[in-house]
Amino acid sequence: MTLLEQKGEASAHLPVEHHQGPTGYYRWLSSTDHKVIGKNYMYTSLVFMLIAGLMAMLIRTQLASPNSTFVSQQTYNELFTIHGSMMLYLFAGPFAFGGFANYLIPLQIGAPDMAFPRLNALSYWLYLTGGITMLLGFFTASGAAAFGWVGYAPLSSSTNSPGAGPDLWIVSIALVGFSGIFTGVNLVTTIFYLRAPGMTMFRMPIFTWNMLVTGLLILIAFPVLTAALIMLYADRHFGTHVYSVKGGGSPVLWQNLFWFFGHPEVYILALPFFGMVSEIFPVFSKKPIFGYKGLVFATLAIAGLSTGVWAHHMFTTGTVLLPFFSALSLLIAVPTGIKIFTWIGTMWGGQLDFKAPLTWAVGFIVAFTMGGITGVFLASPPIDFATHDTYFVVAHFHQVLFGTTIFAGFAGFFFWFPKLTGRMYREKLAKLQFWLVFIGFNLTFLPQYLLGLRGMPRRIAVYATTDHFTFLNRLSTAGAYLTAIGFVVFLVNMWVSWRSPIKAPDNPWDGHALEWATSSPPPSHNFHKVPPIRSNRPTWDMNHPEHADGRVMTAAELSREVLD
Amino acid sequence: MKFEHKLYLGLGVFFAVIVAIYWFWSGESGGSTLILASALLGLVPGAYLGWWAMRMKPRPEDLEDPTSEESTGVVGAFPTYTIWPFVMGMGAFMIGLAMVFGSWTLVIGFAFAISAAISVTLESKRGGAV
Amino acid sequence: MKRSTIKTARAEGNSPASRRVRWGAKLAGLAVGSVALAGCSPAFGAYRGATTQGRSTFHLFQGFAITAIFVGGITFGLLFFVLLRYRKKSDAIPKQRHSNVKIEILYTVIPILIVVGLFFFTVKVENKVDALNPSPNVKVTVTAFQWGWKFYYPATNTTVIGSIKHYPQLVLPEGETTAITLVSQDVVHGFYIPAFNFSRYALPGFVNHFDFTPTSAGTYIGRCSQLCGLYHSEMLFSVKVLSAQQFQSWTSSQAGKVTA
Repeated sequence: MTLLEQKGEASAHLPVEHHQGPTGYYRWLSSTDHKVIGKNYMYTSLVFMLIAGLMAMLIRTQLASPNSTFVSQQTYNELFTIHGSMMLYLFAGPFAFGGFANYLIPLQIGAPDMAFPRLNALSYWLYLTGGITMLLGFFTASGAAAFGWVGYAPLSSSTNSPGAGPDLWIVSIALVGFSGIFTGVNLVTTIFYLRAPGMTMFRMPIFTWNMLVTGLLILIAFPVLTAALIMLYADRHFGTHVYSVKGGGSPVLWQNLFWFFGHPEVYILALPFFGMVSEIFPVFSKKPIFGYKGLVFATLAIAGLSTGVWAHHMFTTGTVLLPFFSALSLLIAVPTGIKIFTWIGTMWGGQLDFKAPLTWAVGFIVAFTMGGITGVFLASPPIDFATHDTYFVVAHFHQVLFGTTIFAGFAGFFFWFPKLTGRMYREKLAKLQFWLVFIGFNLTFLPQYLLGLRGMPRRIAVYATTDHFTFLNRLSTAGAYLTAIGFVVFLVNMWVSWRSPIKAPDNPWDGHALEWATSSPPPSHNFHKVPPIRSNRPTWDMNHPEHADGRVMTAAELSREVLD
Repeated sequence: MKFEHKLYLGLGVFFAVIVAIYWFWSGESGGSTLILASALLGLVPGAYLGWWAMRMKPRPEDLEDPTSEESTGVVGAFPTYTIWPFVMGMGAFMIGLAMVFGSWTLVIGFAFAISAAISVTLESKRGGAV
Repeated sequence: MKRSTIKTARAEGNSPASRRVRWGAKLAGLAVGSVALAGCSPAFGAYRGATTQGRSTFHLFQGFAITAIFVGGITFGLLFFVLLRYRKKSDAIPKQRHSNVKIEILYTVIPILIVVGLFFFTVKVENKVDALNPSPNVKVTVTAFQWGWKFYYPATNTTVIGSIKHYPQLVLPEGETTAITLVSQDVVHGFYIPAFNFSRYALPGFVNHFDFTPTSAGTYIGRCSQLCGLYHSEMLFSVKVLSAQQFQSWTSSQAGKVTA
């Protein structure tokens, strides 16, 4: 509150200017600039994504033929466990709320930094060390954790999964969990207290809105996971019986706690990416977002409903209230549908310029719509009984999560790449990557729906020739390899952009939000001048006064209003 | 400030309604506790923000059309470089590893974490750029 | 039994066709303009369900699939129309439309109506699938363990135990109701019979009850669907549905026996 009281006093004190600061590695280790931390998060999570992607290739190679012995069953179980854990805990979330949000939120609301820069730096170090801890599991005698990314009790107990690998998994997620909580606190505080003058809540860009809601969801969900993990650790080492039947505990409690985290987590992963495409569609259509308030309330509705749907992962336990969870799960399709129609409405009547960001964003809509529709099937308990824990579910959540984190994620990455680096990526390579990944992705996951309906359970290392799963699995594996080639193209793109840079202008796309009003990359405290904010498109208003949304200022007013 | 207050309060009320329905329909205590906690997570900060919203003028970021006089003021002091978060992170890492391997790293871990906590507190007490 | 002898038999036909059409038509009513599809009753890749319960689930699935094709068709239709129609043609700035309240209400209300419809049929089928017959013809206790299944018939004191080397067989009578009691000895397993469109967790410390009324004789594969450790993928079993008389003679021949 001191901050607010100070603001009331009309002193013309400005954010403290930089000292020269340290240099070299020490500069990197000690930086609290949200832009440096954001980029660290982004690049680290992309590396984790590539490692987990390689594990996916091993998994798909194993499943390419029946009775496969490419890897042992133990290794296979470790691979899908760490693949899932890395993608969900180390890539999808941190890429969005650690990387994009950290970098963009202060820029979009006209703030000099995040509210708690030191806490922000700590978040990153906890995240990095947590990630390393998870990978360490492969180097222990007992191998990495092998009980799936959900770690169901009592399979994760010390009798069923002894050794250091599972403990490393627990510690890793606890570290990453604390990092997430700190980032959540930081996001909410920054958005509530550090907005520039005139940036009312309903003028914030949709991305910022989505990150605010994500921050709140993190605060609801992550502490539950951390608590559940601490109890799991206590069960394993201190002889407590929270999740074991013998001591009067309940294995289903783990499932309840885990999914109370796990389902909001899905939206923690998805909402930031919804926010990214909500920034991209308007810019490349040269139009404002369609139905801004509807979109904001849809986001809030998703947040509210998402905490009341966790047990739809537990329909087949026979321990949950089916109609309640089914109703709320079905209902969540409504705000999600609103978002899809909003994006189509934004493009309607526009001038669609198919640069790489828009192409990737359209790919996202296609993938996400398919994944969303099949999600409605799974919200119905009887259909879930038939498809639970089969490849139908695997295909569904990969379409949703791959659709959001990769398609929307790369749309955002290419969209903000000029801002991040001050350089342009190579358009043709980005498009080539899109087509390889898009075709590969659909070839990988569409056959899996059919596999699931034909009765192939998830997480099985081998299947028999007589199961008739071979052909569809081969298609799926071929698709996965194609996707992998797409990522090689991405690495080439990055290499070329690094070795022979093309300088990016400050506002290459005619962007709408505040981040496009500063230089590329932005100066250390983000803005030399914050333009007046009288609508949710301040940069657009400045560049297109004849089409402005907000009140257009006179030249005399401008010279007074613009803040230094 | 008013809207932030309403946002939190709205979420809190929504969860309160959900927990009421869920508790009376299912009688399941675990999930009810968790949603109740979520309701409090909305209501407590919501009440706090509301209390402040009543006591202060709208901030410049709450105004539709703030004048340049209303827009000036201190935004805050932001550190630019400090090594202590890194030290604290490494301390947490070592404590974590000690939880798995049960070794002497626990001592180093706590030494790192505690010294970093003290230093970072002193640093922010001094204020300004560090 | 060896894995190669377990067939993934399809359970089709054999049911009162009139009822299928009636159900299909009802559910198709959810999706306006797709009633025509109901007559030919496509399976969309799913099992048609070899039990009365599984069949209800299948019809629900069909209804959902038709609705999904309808909704997906509209969404993708709109999307591709926009992508083709509004490609950039000039540098002119288009009309800056912010919202259209009527359209927004439309795309909020219609999905709500669809969802309410889907929920209505879901609850209906769910009650049917979860219904327990107070006087079942046969009772079987299924115990899951790492890594195999045990089937116990209390009426005749018959036990069948399997392992990953030797898959056990669950024998059920056709047209009669079998009440299954499902428990686990160690970790969480998933009792999953794809052809029955049904799975249920076997939980340690919690007993699950459900009924099967098989409608067509045959042999079906059963699997563990929930990861349960190292040999999860080999925790298979088979289900053999016999006619009522054949089942009678089977139980009397197996009375008191333990097959491992």
